[in-house]
Amino acid sequence: MNRLLKSRELWLALAILAVIVLVTLRFPRFSQPGNLLTIFNDTSILMMLALGQMAVILTRSIDLSMASNLALTGMLVAMTNAAFPSIPIPLLIAGCVVVGAALGAFNGILVWKLDIPPIVVTLGTLTIFRGLVFVVSGGAWVNAAQMSTDFIQLQRGSFLGLPILSWFAIVVAALVYLLMTRTHWGRAFYAIGVNPTASVYTGINVGRTKFLAFVLSGAISGLCGYLWISRYVIASVEVAGGYELTIVAACVIGGVSIAGGIGTVGGALLGALFLGVVNNALPVIGVSPFWQMAISGAAILLAVVLNARGERSKGRIILKKAEVAA
Amino acid sequence: MTDATANGRRLPNRLDNPFKSAVLSWESLLVLVALGIFIANSFASPYFLNAWSLSDLTFNFTEKGLIALAMALVIISGEIDLSVASIIALASTLMGLALQYGADTPTLAAVGVGVGILCGAFNGFLVTGLKLPSIVVTIGTMSLFRGIAFIILGDQSFKGYPASFSWFGQGYVFWVISFEVVLFLVAAVIFYVLLHRTNFGRRVFAIGNNATAARFSGVRVDRIKFVLFCLTGLMSGIAAILLTARLGSTRPSIAEGFELDVVTMVVLGGVSILGGAGSIIGVVLAALIIGLVTFGLGLLNVPGIVMTIFTGSLLIVVIALPILFRMIRERRA
Repeated sequence: MNRLLKSRELWLALAILAVIVLVTLRFPRFSQPGNLLTIFNDTSILMMLALGQMAVILTRSIDLSMASNLALTGMLVAMTNAAFPSIPIPLLIAGCVVVGAALGAFNGILVWKLDIPPIVVTLGTLTIFRGLVFVVSGGAWVNAAQMSTDFIQLQRGSFLGLPILSWFAIVVAALVYLLMTRTHWGRAFYAIGVNPTASVYTGINVGRTKFLAFVLSGAISGLCGYLWISRYVIASVEVAGGYELTIVAACVIGGVSIAGGIGTVGGALLGALFLGVVNNALPVIGVSPFWQMAISGAAILLAVVLNARGERSKGRIILKKAEVAA
Repeated sequence: MTDATANGRRLPNRLDNPFKSAVLSWESLLVLVALGIFIANSFASPYFLNAWSLSDLTFNFTEKGLIALAMALVIISGEIDLSVASIIALASTLMGLALQYGADTPTLAAVGVGVGILCGAFNGFLVTGLKLPSIVVTIGTMSLFRGIAFIILGDQSFKGYPASFSWFGQGYVFWVISFEVVLFLVAAVIFYVLLHRTNFGRRVFAIGNNATAARFSGVRVDRIKFVLFCLTGLMSGIAAILLTARLGSTRPSIAEGFELDVVTMVVLGGVSILGGAGSIIGVVLAALIIGLVTFGLGLLNVPGIVMTIFTGSLLIVVIALPILFRMIRERRA
C-alpha cells in the first residue's frame, strides 16, 4: 500500500508520457523540445495556482476565490501600470503578492477567527472579489496599448533557454517544496489535515495554520494576477472566470486528497501538467476544442477513482466487514 | 472535507421556551432581512410596488430555488452537488436535439426530466457505489456534463421551441401568478413534507449528523444518498425545462455559475454546510431574499456583476453575525 502511495506521481507521469507518445506517433513534431517547453510555459500559471490550492486543501479547507483574487490583483496592477508606467515592474510584482496575500488573509481571518466553513467563506469572496474588479475598473478593459513595454515583455524574456514565466513556476515550486518538506509550518499543514485533534495536542494552532495556508494561496494568486494579465495582455472583469475549479481539478488529478492531509508538490505539478498536455494535444490531433471540457471532466473522475483506492482508511474496512457479517 | 466531530455540534435544548426559540430562530432573522430589503426596495424605486414588478421578481429565483430545495437535502446529508448547472446545460441541449428530430412538448419535457434523473443517478452511483467524495465527483461531472453539451452544440444554439413549450417558462396560471412560481411553491410544500414530516427526512438528518451511527441504526445510508442525488438531478432537469422555455433558446453556456448561486441560497437559508441541520422554510426565504436583492438592485440600475458583491457579502455577513453575537455573549458570561 505504501509503495502504491509513493508511486502515484510515477503513474501520473507515465500517463502524461503516454499522451505525449500517442500524439507523437501521429504528429512527430509534437514532442520536439521546443513544443514541450511551450506546453510547460503555457501551464506555468496553473501549476503555481495548484500549489497554492494544495496547501489549502491539505488543511481540510478549499479556496474557491483564487481565480477572482487573480482577476482583482491583475486588474489593479494593470491599472497601476497604465496610470504610472514609470513604476519598476519588480515593485509591481511585489505589490501583487502583497495585495493577493491580503485578500487571502481576509479569507483566512474569517476561517480562523469566526470558524466559518472555508467553502462558504470563499464562495462569498469568489463573488465579492470578482464584483470588485468591476467596481475598480468601471467595467472598462486595460489593453496592450495602455500597458508599458516592460510590463508585457518581462515574462517573455528568456534565461538559460527558458522563458521567465517558466522560471517563475520553477522558483515557486522550489519554494513551496522547501516549505512543505523542510519547515515546521509546512508540516503543520499535513498534520492538521491528517488529524486536527491530535495536532492541537502537539501544540499546533489549527486556526492559524489554516490562516497561513490561505495567505499562501492568496499570495500565489496575486503573483499569478500579474503573470496572467501580462501574458494575455488584457485585463477585464472576465479574466480567469470559472478557473477556480480547474485549479481544484489539477490538484485532484495530482492526487491531493480533498479530505486533507495527502498531497505532494510533485503530484500537484503533474496534475496541472496533465491538463496542460491534454489541452495542447487536442488541437494537434484535430479534436475540436469543444471536447476539452468533457475530457478534463472525464480525467478528473478517472483520477479520483484511481486515487480513492489508496486512501481507504482502515475504519471503513472494519465497517464493511461488520456489514457483511450483519 | 471538514470533520464534523472536530468542530463539535451543539445539541438543541428541548426545554427552551418554544416562543423564545421561534423568535430567535434563523427563519425569523431571514424574514426580518427579507422585510427590510422589501421596504428598502419600495423606497428606492417607485416602480417596485406593482403587481407585475413583483411577478417579474419571482423569475429571479424560481429556477435556482427549485434546485436549492433538493440541494438542501443533499447538503443536510453531508454531501454536495456542484454539477447542477451543468445538468441544466446537458438537459437543455438534449431537449434542443430532440426538437431537431421533431419532438413535441410532452416529449421535450420528458427528455429534460429524464436527462436530469440520469445525470443525478450517475453522480449518486459515483458517490455511493464507488465511495468517492461528492465535492470532487461533482466538480468532475460538472465539466463532463457541460462538456458533452459543448461537444453537441459547439458554438451553435438551438432555437424554435414550440409555443406550448414556452408556456412552462413564460406562462401565467392566473393573472400575475406565473407557472414557474406555482411550481416552485408546490415543490417547496412537497420538500417541506418530505424533509420535516417523513421517516425519509429524519433519516437524511441522521445521516448528516453521523453517517456511521445512522448505518448501525439500520438506515440505508447509500440508498438514501443515491436517491438524494437523483432528486437533485430531477430538479435540475425541471429547472432546465423552465429556463429553456423562458429563454427560448439553448446554448452550451446556459445557466453558467448557477451551482454557486444555489449553494449560496441553501447556506443562506440556514442549512449547515457541514450537514445535519437546516430547514426548507429557511431555503425558501433565502431564495426570496436573493430574488429581492437582485431585483431591487436591478431597478436601481446596478450592474449584475456588482450585485454579486451584495449576494456574496450577504452570505458571509448572515453567517458571521450569529457567530459574532455568540462569541460576544460567551465572552460576557
